[in-house]
Amino acid sequence: MTATLSPPTIESPAPRRRGSGRLLRRFARNKWGGVAAVYLVLLVLVAIFAPLVAPMDPLAQDLNAVNQPPSAAHWLGADDVGRDILSRIIYGSRVSLIAGVSSVLLSLLVALPIGLVAGYVGGLVDTVVMRLGDALQTLPALVLALTLSAVLGPGLRNATIALAIVFLPTFLRLVRGQVIAIRKETYIEASQSIGTPGLTIMRKRILPNIASPLIVQCAVSMAFALLAEAALSFLGLGVQPPEPSWGRMLATSYTYVYSAGWQVFMPGIAIVVTVLAVTLFADALRDSLGREIRRA
Amino acid sequence: MTEPTSDTLLEVSGLTKHFPVRGGVLQRTKARVRAVDGLDFTVRRGETLGLVGESGSGKSTTGRLVLRLIEPTAGRVVFDGVDVLKLGRGAMRDMRSRMQMIFQDPYSSLDPQATVADSIGEPLSVHEGLRGAKRDGRVVELLERVGLKPQHLHRYPYEFSGGQRQRICIARALALKPDLLVCDEPVSALDVSIQAQVINLLKSIQRDTGISLLFISHDLSVVRHVSDRIAVMYLGRIVEIGDSEQIYTQPRHPYTETLLSAIPVPNPVTQRRRERILLRGEPPSPLDPPSGCRFHTRCQYAMDVCAVEEPVLAPAGRGSSACHLHDYGPGLGGGTVLDLEPTHRPVPA
Repeated sequence: MTATLSPPTIESPAPRRRGSGRLLRRFARNKWGGVAAVYLVLLVLVAIFAPLVAPMDPLAQDLNAVNQPPSAAHWLGADDVGRDILSRIIYGSRVSLIAGVSSVLLSLLVALPIGLVAGYVGGLVDTVVMRLGDALQTLPALVLALTLSAVLGPGLRNATIALAIVFLPTFLRLVRGQVIAIRKETYIEASQSIGTPGLTIMRKRILPNIASPLIVQCAVSMAFALLAEAALSFLGLGVQPPEPSWGRMLATSYTYVYSAGWQVFMPGIAIVVTVLAVTLFADALRDSLGREIRRA
Repeated sequence: MTEPTSDTLLEVSGLTKHFPVRGGVLQRTKARVRAVDGLDFTVRRGETLGLVGESGSGKSTTGRLVLRLIEPTAGRVVFDGVDVLKLGRGAMRDMRSRMQMIFQDPYSSLDPQATVADSIGEPLSVHEGLRGAKRDGRVVELLERVGLKPQHLHRYPYEFSGGQRQRICIARALALKPDLLVCDEPVSALDVSIQAQVINLLKSIQRDTGISLLFISHDLSVVRHVSDRIAVMYLGRIVEIGDSEQIYTQPRHPYTETLLSAIPVPNPVTQRRRERILLRGEPPSPLDPPSGCRFHTRCQYAMDVCAVEEPVLAPAGRGSSACHLHDYGPGLGGGTVLDLEPTHRPVPA
């Protein structure tokens, strides 16, 4: 053990340390979050490449296979008009993902600028915006979504819009609350003392610092959107037949629950597993982003 | 500039800030906190004016009022001949490049999500429209000026110590070559060993650039080291202002004397033998400041007149003092209060 003491490294060459690298490493520590992430990536790939992945045409009816249990030909069985359930679930994932992602994005698109301004400017603007949000929030989410879809008319697009409106007050409140918490930080005052315009402060100083809780809320809302889309389709307000959707499949198959139960379980399992995956993903994301917030 | 540049950079007169205290169902103003109540002072070019006082005396509010980070209730702030409070939004933005601020807490005054380049580069992109490599080039110059290294450019604030962060803040404040730097307790949050480094950095920058400093601090030994002149605040008012050495050696106001007696002396023997003036009780609330002289409730020389009549700042030696002792009672006539015998002994707590 001679010369064990190496001279201290004075200046290691500065690596460009990125926040995302640390985030990924922390995220990977959460086993279930990782599993969920892998599942979700696969799901997205399956949805995108549905025509290549699906063994059959989801609309093709095979009257010889009506209500057939899982077999070599139909891995997950066939439904009441002989359509391949596996193919329908694969195509149905597109609907679920579109409804989940676009309703959240649409809501965020509206809530983010309004919430930022309301929180930063405060005063009358803030009061008016938040009272409107409060009014919207007094109605139960699913009931509101149902009413809105009924008014707007059935269909995936309208169901998505309805869900976006339902999410609006939650996102507004979250954005505004986070902005108010950050607004009093000294670094915002420092930006103001520099003379940085308000909009630039919101975009460059506030937005990055409220991103973490927003991302988590997006994931949580997506899980709700998946369920809500299924519910709306189940009630006939979402995707219209014969288009495959998980909720729609539940709606048509539940009458056969005693004679051909697997028909109900297949889309049901798809919904449960996907919602669970999104929720676990959101949890893991929150945990790994949480440290970021606490340090800041 | 057609006007001849005067010696005075900043002239503050009658500066007042009252914060409303709201309450009740209708959010009516119930009371007003008189945080700053009628300040007059000037800062000359290239000089350092120290602003001292205990917590709640309105020092930090004064700094923010001067930079118009908060709007004053009354008064004037004239910066290089321009009435800052009358400027419109755009003109105010341009003016901000000439007056910058360093904040007390170097941990919260840097955006945790922004790299050093983004933080220091912010004033450069806002006021000079610099981007990319051009901006980074200037940032590197600034980093080197404050004793940091070019390789720190793309790091995040959490990778730095408190002293280093304060250097980053100084670099950011200097980016636009301002004429006035308001330092709000710039070293209070730092270790003593680091304090001296940061203060020496500020001094050396002042020597190089001729920048004026408004140095706010509660630490009298720090203020003495940096200031040419000192203003002593008590409950939103300046009680004494004058030449730094004179304030320390021959205070003209009993409150200044009290503050000085609170500075610890490095020699324990002297420290033990020294007589400290203990103030009775808490500082009065700025919600309802005492009548007459605001300090009379705690002053060891208080006279009857002090509770009735509010003293005004009047010339005393190489400065001014707002104290009745100069006109009434012993009639010091601008002399120091050090030789006076106390008339009210403080009650030991």
